[in-house]
Amino acid sequence: MAKATPLAIPELAAVEVHGMSRGAFLARGALATGALLGGSAVGPFVRRAVAQETGGDVDILNFALTLEYIEAAFYSRAISKGRNMSGETMRLVREIRDNETAHVDAITQTINRLGGMPVPAPKVGFGDVFTSEKAFLKLAQTLEDTGVSAYNGAAPSIRSGDVLAAAGSIVQVEARHAALIRLMRGQTPAPAAFDPALDQHKVLDAVMPFARA
Amino acid sequence: MSDTDTESGALARLQDDPTSRKRFLRMVGGAGATGALGLLIAACGGGDRMTPAATSTGGATTAGAAASAAARKSDLAIVNYALTLEYLEADFYERAVMSGQIKDRAVADLAKRIAETERSHVEALKATAKSLGGTPAAMPTTKFDDVIAGGPTKILQTAAVVENLGAAAYLGQAGRIKSKEILAAALSIHSVEARHAAALNRLVGHGFKSSAPLEGSIPDGAFAKAMTMEQVLAQVKPFIAS
Repeated sequence: MAKATPLAIPELAAVEVHGMSRGAFLARGALATGALLGGSAVGPFVRRAVAQETGGDVDILNFALTLEYIEAAFYSRAISKGRNMSGETMRLVREIRDNETAHVDAITQTINRLGGMPVPAPKVGFGDVFTSEKAFLKLAQTLEDTGVSAYNGAAPSIRSGDVLAAAGSIVQVEARHAALIRLMRGQTPAPAAFDPALDQHKVLDAVMPFARA
Repeated sequence: MSDTDTESGALARLQDDPTSRKRFLRMVGGAGATGALGLLIAACGGGDRMTPAATSTGGATTAGAAASAAARKSDLAIVNYALTLEYLEADFYERAVMSGQIKDRAVADLAKRIAETERSHVEALKATAKSLGGTPAAMPTTKFDDVIAGGPTKILQTAAVVENLGAAAYLGQAGRIKSKEILAAALSIHSVEARHAAALNRLVGHGFKSSAPLEGSIPDGAFAKAMTMEQVLAQVKPFIAS
């Protein structure tokens, strides 16, 4: 990276995920990928990253759990700290918060059932997006689009048929969230005909310095 | 707006790297027209998800080769099933757009956009069927005249039902797909169908949840429900003449 390039999704760079777990590491990498290269690069990044995992489905689930923790915290904070949000936005936020919390619970149980150790909730920060509905919805859209791309990237590496079915059932709900938030922002609900569209081998190299930070 | 920003940002970065740029342009060139899924699969490389790769010359055992052939046959059936559903969707939106029944400009634009997307899915699945050594399913003769004549509300309600069926159909097949590459491609279509389903359900005025199946923008709560081939085909039967 010889020169500074504008971030593809600058608001993602404001999301902080603390923690030393592999899940937190991957989540930082996914967010950094989205910030640098756009949402469409997240799926391929995650796909390559999890392909190198040795911990199998538990590692993938812990990555998903970290993402769900981030989303659940994001919407919970919007409910407790949100200012000047419309009734329509708050109704959607409560619905999505409930969904993300249910995802956290389900993934935690699945990891336990597989004999794994669920990662703890990461410490997260979202800057001052909750003071404006516009800024909040913009980051919400990015987080949901990133989540879809991350699940789509990770799912093909899942070995268990049951875990794959569960991941599919969750990603469909994330895609619905993304579409509803996009609709609220006057954006097209589906920006591309295929959700992860880029296979970008340089993504990992580009992202590693940020993911380690 | 932000979509354009995102793409131009990524593009600016990729322009510095000739290999990435070539790959990116190939993808963009394919995504709008034909063979996007085929390209996606070719770009991903790698072997089958559950069975040994069948491509090695001489090394494969008879049992391994038979398992691979069975896996390919099974995947081909799923791809052709998805293709049939995408044909239906593509034809439906094309008729809906051409009818001029949808007067709301934003909704008409969305319908046009979805029509293009479904056509991309059709082309991609046809290419995938061929890449599996199979024959793509023929386009069914559809029966949408009554729906189209029913006016914009009826059209959008039907669109919502069809998209929710599509999402449930892809979800129902995800665990059955043998090839990791075809699974990745199917997932990339699945979430797009889900986006369409949620948006259309919202546009026709459904709430987040609904007591009726296939309605509601997040109809099943936190976990989307899958449908089997039989369940889906029973629901789309009214729209197929032959």
